[in-house]
Amino acid sequence: MGRMIYLSDVVTLNLDREKCVGCGICLVVCPHEVLSMNNGHARIEDRDLCMECGACAQNCPTEAVTVQAGVGCAAAVINSVLGRDASSCCCVIESDTNVRSGVEKLKVSKGTGCC
Amino acid sequence: MSPPSLDQPFVVGSIQAKTGTVPRISSTLSGADYRGTIKARWGVGRMRYTIEPGLYALGNPDEHTPILVTANYKMSFDRLREALSGRDAWILVLDTNGINVWCAAGKGTFGTEELVRRIESNGLVQIVSHRELILPQLSGPGIAAHLVKKLSGFKVIYGPINATDLPAFLDAGLKATPEMRLKTFDIRERTVLIPVELVSTLKWVLIILPLFFFVGGLGGQTGFWSGALDYGLFAIIALLSAVIAGAVLTPILLPWLPGRAFSLKGMAMGLITAIILTALRPENLNNWQGRIETLAWFLLIPAIAAYLAMNFTGASTYTSLSGVKKEMKWAVPVEIAAGAAGLFLWFGSLFVI
Repeated sequence: MGRMIYLSDVVTLNLDREKCVGCGICLVVCPHEVLSMNNGHARIEDRDLCMECGACAQNCPTEAVTVQAGVGCAAAVINSVLGRDASSCCCVIESDTNVRSGVEKLKVSKGTGCC
Repeated sequence: MSPPSLDQPFVVGSIQAKTGTVPRISSTLSGADYRGTIKARWGVGRMRYTIEPGLYALGNPDEHTPILVTANYKMSFDRLREALSGRDAWILVLDTNGINVWCAAGKGTFGTEELVRRIESNGLVQIVSHRELILPQLSGPGIAAHLVKKLSGFKVIYGPINATDLPAFLDAGLKATPEMRLKTFDIRERTVLIPVELVSTLKWVLIILPLFFFVGGLGGQTGFWSGALDYGLFAIIALLSAVIAGAVLTPILLPWLPGRAFSLKGMAMGLITAIILTALRPENLNNWQGRIETLAWFLLIPAIAAYLAMNFTGASTYTSLSGVKKEMKWAVPVEIAAGAAGLFLWFGSLFVI
């Protein structure tokens, strides 16, 4: 069976090929084969497959990959809009920070639901 | 920091390491462990399904043995030790508040900071002579491998997504195949996520059902019980069908339902459900009261199913936040409008016509 694809042309993933050093860690952590290697640099192969988990950006040593990371969870979006602290979903609402480097504080919420 | 307690059901002894006593764990799951998994899948005590964080030993690990890192959600820990049956390993459990690896990484609790702190507090530098850690690939959103190296001296090696692939990964010299790095969402993976969503939905639905039964009774022209057993009972069946359509059938049939937005898939499943229910009650279309009531359910069932399907985005493994927000922008107003219109028509069919 083919791979499932969510909405097209929405993802915030970006790659600055000038900054890319070709280490390939983004390819390793990506769970959806969004990226590929091309002439010693990473390349976005299929943007629509990206789920914005942020693993590539988080692990990129040169900040070449950037993405508005977050969890694609409707319940979390609703809770965030209602100002509740994720009652039905254990995943976070979103981190507004453009995920760049390692040690950053994300909002932690204790929930009971989805994942 | 004190080592994890020896008084945990999966601990079968201890070994003496340079840093002190390390609990030795069993790689065989007991009946209680399997029952624990089933309970967690149904949402029972799920947020307290934890183990103590810290360092554990599997088999007879020494200074050359690999260290594998996981979360302190009991189910994550169980999958890991089960997969490593018959092998020696050090297992470092991070404190993620009992949340699984991927979700905890998304929150940052399975993160660089926590990992570096645990490396230090458990004295890993003294425990092993190598400087490598094997992490689940899905911890990537929380971990910055280059920073871990810089802060602790340990190199992060991302292992496979599924613990069951670990033996092959280890035997291949820490090499993952492309399949091991791909997060799937097959029918089995979707199905195990259904109960927890269903339970949280039914909690609400079971409160609402008696209300519909009661109102159905008030609306009947031929007395309370005949109305309740006609409109009320049908409302109960319709509402439960809507829940099954949105929270059970949509997840199972996800790839085969039309559209990409989950709400659209849920709506389609809801429409199919409404058609089936109408076909089972054809005499209802003989008068206007019945036609309006049927129309009400053609709005209510797809609205409920679409909403529940939309909530399944949180359980899915491929929806982006940008996409979910875009979907919600049209789906939530449509669901609310259809739901409100459906309720209006249902009441109208009972009390006006």
